[in-house]
Amino acid sequence: MNVAAPVAIAFLAGLLLLALPNRARNLAAIVAGLATLAAAASLWSVSGAVFAGEVVEVSWAWLPFPGADLGFRVDGLALVFGLLVTGIGALVILYARYYLAEDEPVARFHALFMLFMGSMLGVVLAGNLLLLVVFWELTSLASFLLIGYWQKRADARQGARMALTVTGTGGLCLLAGVLLLGRMAGSFDLDVVLVSGDAIRAHPLYLPMLVLVLVGAFTKSAQFPFHFWLPHAMAAPTPVSAYLHSATMVKAGVFLLARLHPALSGTDEWFYIVTLTGLATLLVGAYVAIFQHDLKGLLAYSTISHLGLITLLFGLDSPLATVAGVFHILNHATFKASLFMAAGIIDHESGSRDMRRLNGLWKLMPVTGALAIVASAAMASVPLLNGFLSKEMFFAETLRIESHGLMGILVPAVATLAAAFSVAYSVRFIHDVFWNGEPRDLPRKPHDPPFWMLMPAGVLVLICLLVGILPEQFVRAILEVAARPVTGDRLPEFSLAIWHGLNLPLAMSALGLAAGASLYFSLQRLINLHDIVHLPRGGKEIFDALLGAVLAGARRCTAAVANGSLQRYLAFTLVAAILAAGWPLLTQGLSTGAAPATPVTPLALLLWALAALGAGGVVVLRHHRFVALLFLGLTGLVVSLAFALLSAPDLALTQLLVEVASVLLMMLALYWLPARSRSEVGLAVYWRDATIAGVAGLGMAALTYAVLTRPADGRLAGWLLANAVPGAAGQNAVNVILVDFRAFDTLGEIAVMGLAGLIVAALLADFHADSGTARPRGDRTASLILATAGPVLLPLAVVIAIWFFLRGHNAPGGGFIAGLVLALGLMVPYIGRGNAWMSARLRSDFQLWIGWGLAIAGLTGIGSFVPGFPFLTSAYLAPALPIVGKISIATAMFFDLGVFLVVTGATMVALTAIGRVGATQATAGAAR
Amino acid sequence: MELLVSSAIGLLTAGGVFLLLRARSFEVVLGLTLLSYAVNLFIFVMGRLAIDKVPLLREGVAPSLANHADPLPQALVLTAIVISFAMTAVLLVLALRSHAEYGSDHVDGAEPPAPEPRRRNP
Repeated sequence: MNVAAPVAIAFLAGLLLLALPNRARNLAAIVAGLATLAAAASLWSVSGAVFAGEVVEVSWAWLPFPGADLGFRVDGLALVFGLLVTGIGALVILYARYYLAEDEPVARFHALFMLFMGSMLGVVLAGNLLLLVVFWELTSLASFLLIGYWQKRADARQGARMALTVTGTGGLCLLAGVLLLGRMAGSFDLDVVLVSGDAIRAHPLYLPMLVLVLVGAFTKSAQFPFHFWLPHAMAAPTPVSAYLHSATMVKAGVFLLARLHPALSGTDEWFYIVTLTGLATLLVGAYVAIFQHDLKGLLAYSTISHLGLITLLFGLDSPLATVAGVFHILNHATFKASLFMAAGIIDHESGSRDMRRLNGLWKLMPVTGALAIVASAAMASVPLLNGFLSKEMFFAETLRIESHGLMGILVPAVATLAAAFSVAYSVRFIHDVFWNGEPRDLPRKPHDPPFWMLMPAGVLVLICLLVGILPEQFVRAILEVAARPVTGDRLPEFSLAIWHGLNLPLAMSALGLAAGASLYFSLQRLINLHDIVHLPRGGKEIFDALLGAVLAGARRCTAAVANGSLQRYLAFTLVAAILAAGWPLLTQGLSTGAAPATPVTPLALLLWALAALGAGGVVVLRHHRFVALLFLGLTGLVVSLAFALLSAPDLALTQLLVEVASVLLMMLALYWLPARSRSEVGLAVYWRDATIAGVAGLGMAALTYAVLTRPADGRLAGWLLANAVPGAAGQNAVNVILVDFRAFDTLGEIAVMGLAGLIVAALLADFHADSGTARPRGDRTASLILATAGPVLLPLAVVIAIWFFLRGHNAPGGGFIAGLVLALGLMVPYIGRGNAWMSARLRSDFQLWIGWGLAIAGLTGIGSFVPGFPFLTSAYLAPALPIVGKISIATAMFFDLGVFLVVTGATMVALTAIGRVGATQATAGAAR
Repeated sequence: MELLVSSAIGLLTAGGVFLLLRARSFEVVLGLTLLSYAVNLFIFVMGRLAIDKVPLLREGVAPSLANHADPLPQALVLTAIVISFAMTAVLLVLALRSHAEYGSDHVDGAEPPAPEPRRRNP
């Protein structure tokens, strides 16, 4: 049987349950129950091998580095824990069938329940630390949903949120710890980690890793000071508490302690942190439990206390203590689950969980009472019950502490005191509920529930008795197989007898029983527990204060940084970019290379001066927008000439054409924007921005200079040049790169271009400029020259565009340049004669050009699939045509045709869309 | 020549960044255009400066870097020029619409609160 099966079965059942109608309570319970039994059976099927000492494993490759496989493994600990999870799960499902009311979404409950069970089984069976953490977080999420099952109740929502916050935070710490741990062990594979204990303990980062992992375990297992979430999680339906807060969720923390025990334990750090945390939790939980009035509150604090006991045992770090810890995990799960069920029955039947009102129920529900009494006795570790056995072992181990100074006295003393407290609250649970007077105004008159609701609790109580009376026969084998991996295969001899003779542990038990019982009755007599109004508090208030402080801090941060000003965001972004780019410059200094300098030409000097004039003009005269635009055009022209000077004719042409197009566009837009900028206030802002700009400019200049003074690595360029003619039959290397070598890039770029055109069209489609914001249009008479020249220039532009297009593969030109030429040729009559004149004559929808262009370019690429080549492979032949000369008809030319169509289309869409705004407005004005 | 090119790129960048930080949408468009000049030039010169070495291959001239400029940055910048034009168009239209809908060409869509008038000394 595949050992991943139990996890898969639980998750699949959860999915199936989600599909069921919410009211199908019988069907849902049957599906969940059968799935749980199937998961248990699939685990049981490997038990033979595991009992024989094998570790059954399965794994799939998952993350691409060693030791991170998706692996599941079953050893003794995992097997016993898995059977505990599924066994108690099955009983709780049966119990929940009778507990949940008919009008509640029962299928959802079971779906979440199975989700939780699958996650818990994942934690137990994970063969890899990373996988374990993933399932760990899933249990936190699933428990959040289960605790908050009664969504309408504020306390349920609050409790769920608190549980998630605390255990989720712990989960993050655990993740960090596990990442460290995996590094130390050299693998995340549990098999490797468990045998790397020596390397891990000797690692310099051992302590931080240990603390992180322990915070994860302690938050999950509600250890002091993280314990406060557990009582608030009691807002969950009782079946959830019976499952999560006795046998599973909170046990995940102590399971982790057991799981990693061979790898982490054995140091003073482990001993002190784990032991003292366990000790404090044991005492605080037991003490606070006495004063709870809520049945489930009492059980919650009792759970905290017992988890402290288990933690303490693992902290003591002796093989026998470890066995006792595993034993107590099993015992606590059985008696606490049955006690939660009993509490749920009482609540269900009487309508109250308040021990100040629930009194004298013995006469009304004797069967429930009998079960609860036996389970409570186990909780108080009365002899002949399972709790007694593990408690005896616990006392014996506390007495065995050596060489830790005061700890040898402190631990047994506190343990006895806590035992007395635990007897006191156990007695209270029984005496207050079943005797101590008569019921006080209960909503309903309670009676024993139907047999099937009692049965699950009955089964668990029976186990308590069997284990308690006949431990050798019932539990030795299970305990041995479960404890062996935890002790690192050094399982000690241990005795499970009830009678070990008159010894100190027995005396401690007897003292605890006597002191606890008398403590309860004297408290009732002296101060009457019912009169206590102020319950011990602290954890929740601190949590709320902390959470409030964090939220307030976050809000202040957000308000300080994100105040809604785009200007400020842009400044932040730019400063961040400057810092990121400037850091190496500051730390390593500006170093220049030894490439020979290019001689300065007079033309270059002139261009530099013009560029400086242009850029300066734009900045200084920015308030006079039209003038600034002219300076911008000047700068663009200089850039274009710089390209020409520096051997880039294609770029020079493109820049020139784009310059014309963008200046046109801006002029059209300027018509609808204010002609002058209002001057801004605040000289400080100017200086701040000028500083940012200055630093950015200096940085860019330094960066460029540092590169330019170094020789180039010409391998890529050399390859491209050498292969342009033989590989792509093109003499214009730039065009060859665009339409052949890197055609896929170009396809992406024309897609962006086309989209930009469509965005412009869409933004202006339903846009009617408000006449109030626009300046009066004035006389519509356009330039006479343009009006006359336009129709003449257009055919010329078409011819030039075709010429540029055809020769593009071998000489400056190509789809981009041809497209821009055609678009500008179309624009001249447009501006000269106006929108109406043009649209009467040219009925072309340029948005379609974009679509066709992209389609042609894409299809050219797909065409190369037909002969079996990769996307966009080109083929060619080279006929010589009259006039044009030798051209190459490459399939790349069809691709370039697509480019041409998209560029023309997008440019025209953008230009005409802005032009049309005026037309619409004029029409609207005329209609008025 | 290297110093000239570097300083020109620095100047264009500084002008562009300063204008990007202004509050009026049109000035931001101007700034973005200046900055795109700078960035395009920057990427272009990553192929180093070459005079009279157009990347057009001719018969009889060895197709190597000794005779031709690096064509790759040129190809990258060619599409970048066209795309920055498309982006300018989008930005302009956004500016236009935002001005029409908010009645202000401030980039935040609203005029900043008026500064308090300075008090005269009594």
